Amino acid sequence: MSAPWKQVLNRVNDYCWEIPASYKEGMRVPGRIYASEAMLEHIWQDQVFQQVANVAFLPGIVPYSMAMPDVHWGYGFPIGGVAATRVSDGVVSPGGVGFDINCGVRLLRTSLTAEEVGPRIEKLITELYNNVPSGLGSRGRLRVSEKELDEVMVKGGAWAAENGYGDAEDVETTEDSGCIRGANPGKVSAKAKQRGIPQLGTLGSGNHFLEVERVSEIFDHETARVMGIDEIGQVLVLIHCGSRGLGHQVCTDYVALLGRVVQKYGISIPDRQLACAPIQSPEGKAYLEAMACAANYAWANRQCILHWVRESLIGVFSKSRREMGLEQVYDVAHNIAKIETHTVNGKRLDVCVHRKGATRAFPAGHPDVPEAYREIGQPVLIPGDMGRGSYIALGTEEAMRTTFGSTCHGAGRIQSRAAAKRSQRGADVARVLADKGITVKAGSMGGLAEEASEAYKDVDEVVDITHQAGISRRIVRAVPMGVVKG
Amino acid sequence: MAKDFELIEHTADVGIMAYGADVKEAFVNTARGMFSLIVELESIREVEHRDIEVTAPDEESLLAAWLNELICLFDAENMLFSRFEIREFEDTSLRARAYGETVDSSRHKLKVGIKAATYHMLEVDRNDGGRVQVLFDV
Repeated sequence: MSAPWKQVLNRVNDYCWEIPASYKEGMRVPGRIYASEAMLEHIWQDQVFQQVANVAFLPGIVPYSMAMPDVHWGYGFPIGGVAATRVSDGVVSPGGVGFDINCGVRLLRTSLTAEEVGPRIEKLITELYNNVPSGLGSRGRLRVSEKELDEVMVKGGAWAAENGYGDAEDVETTEDSGCIRGANPGKVSAKAKQRGIPQLGTLGSGNHFLEVERVSEIFDHETARVMGIDEIGQVLVLIHCGSRGLGHQVCTDYVALLGRVVQKYGISIPDRQLACAPIQSPEGKAYLEAMACAANYAWANRQCILHWVRESLIGVFSKSRREMGLEQVYDVAHNIAKIETHTVNGKRLDVCVHRKGATRAFPAGHPDVPEAYREIGQPVLIPGDMGRGSYIALGTEEAMRTTFGSTCHGAGRIQSRAAAKRSQRGADVARVLADKGITVKAGSMGGLAEEASEAYKDVDEVVDITHQAGISRRIVRAVPMGVVKG
Repeated sequence: MAKDFELIEHTADVGIMAYGADVKEAFVNTARGMFSLIVELESIREVEHRDIEVTAPDEESLLAAWLNELICLFDAENMLFSRFEIREFEDTSLRARAYGETVDSSRHKLKVGIKAATYHMLEVDRNDGGRVQVLFDV
């Protein structure tokens, strides 16, 4: 018997499959899933088709509701979803960004080698664990007033740099220079601010982490060199976190608010978590102004954490930042909505690109790619799970043509947290990682089990598809040496 | 006797299905279920309370608003709750008192963080007493 998804999907090519707009009444455009044939079986079981189809209901969506190969069942939008809506008459949906607004990844390079770091990895992980507040209920080392928080929300990464956490170069090598313009703290509720104040400069819990890794493969040496990555064994540090409680509350507030106005605007949505409002409406604008605040907070947050990571390395190796070459490679957002200009059906069009568990992947020459990378394209940072690896890729023209300059954001879950905990105990996961030579320090052992390798798709496979499909070009692979889990 | 609540599995997140003699009781049991995800309920002492008042356009949204209010108190004030009294309950508003204490890391082993209660799969069913369902972003 042929697989059930074969009756639904049309093959576009080996790595792209289309859900026709006739699949579900109310779809305005078809859906497109980037995946290998082998992956589709699981994607089918995971209700992703329904969610991709539901997103296609959004007014103003062009020309497809898309899913990246790491896609999995989310709430409302699938995780790994990309949807662009016309700014002129389309909608913005807070659920298309998610609760952890500007959850993202920042990569620091070093000139240290795995041979140098290996013998001191336990000390380094302990130092990172002590210096970067993490875990549930953790409070930050920073004490900001409400007025300072407003500045954080307006300035983003630059606020942190101005206050001694990193420098202007870090800010330059951050997506959007660490700041979405138009942030308006007046559109952020008192509750969101109350959650945000004590949590600035914290990693959080769940899937957030700090990872010390070593380069295991370089696919394009010349290009990697532009990013300061020269050799196998070179040590990198990856920071994964977002906008903490402030972002969660902004999303909570605006899903509720927009849910109350969908009817007023005559919008019909198949899932209440897709609540939305016209981009040009007061409610839509308010959300984008509040979302910018949360996104900027996240960039300030990662900037502060970067600073403490540098301090930890300096403490453990007794060398200066310059001696160890502790420079930021790049920082990407993977839960965000952006107003961007793209070419759709041959015409330039302003669109709001929702990336829910997806990464911007702009090509060489694009004005939004920082000067340092203008010739190679925007670095895309793709973390895998704790036991496997992560990738640095680059944005491409093909992504610009087909996915609004977007690609995958990680491996993508395949196992529920409960199932992961049933099949693995945290202590066992720690032992398996230790056998692989990976040191782990986690706030909670249960949390560790939830993030076991088995709970995720194989990142190699996911990145291979984005590479073959041409929506990002793989450049470097790195494997973990040590991990701090929230 | 049937369970007060049970967990719903989801690839990325986790949900609660809760039951009660009526919807009001199911709301209480959902809140208990939610805090059981964060910490062992038995470890929470009744030291202080918070008064909660929420309004929403309909019953489903009221359920989400109720849980999101509690999540906010946990996140902003480190409050854990194990007992809830809903004192006034209408389709679009409720007033309640939640009893518990702030996190004490020597006694509370926190398990999972909850970002929010979502509207995805949100259900309030009045048949057969009360049964409600909610999916959290964790």
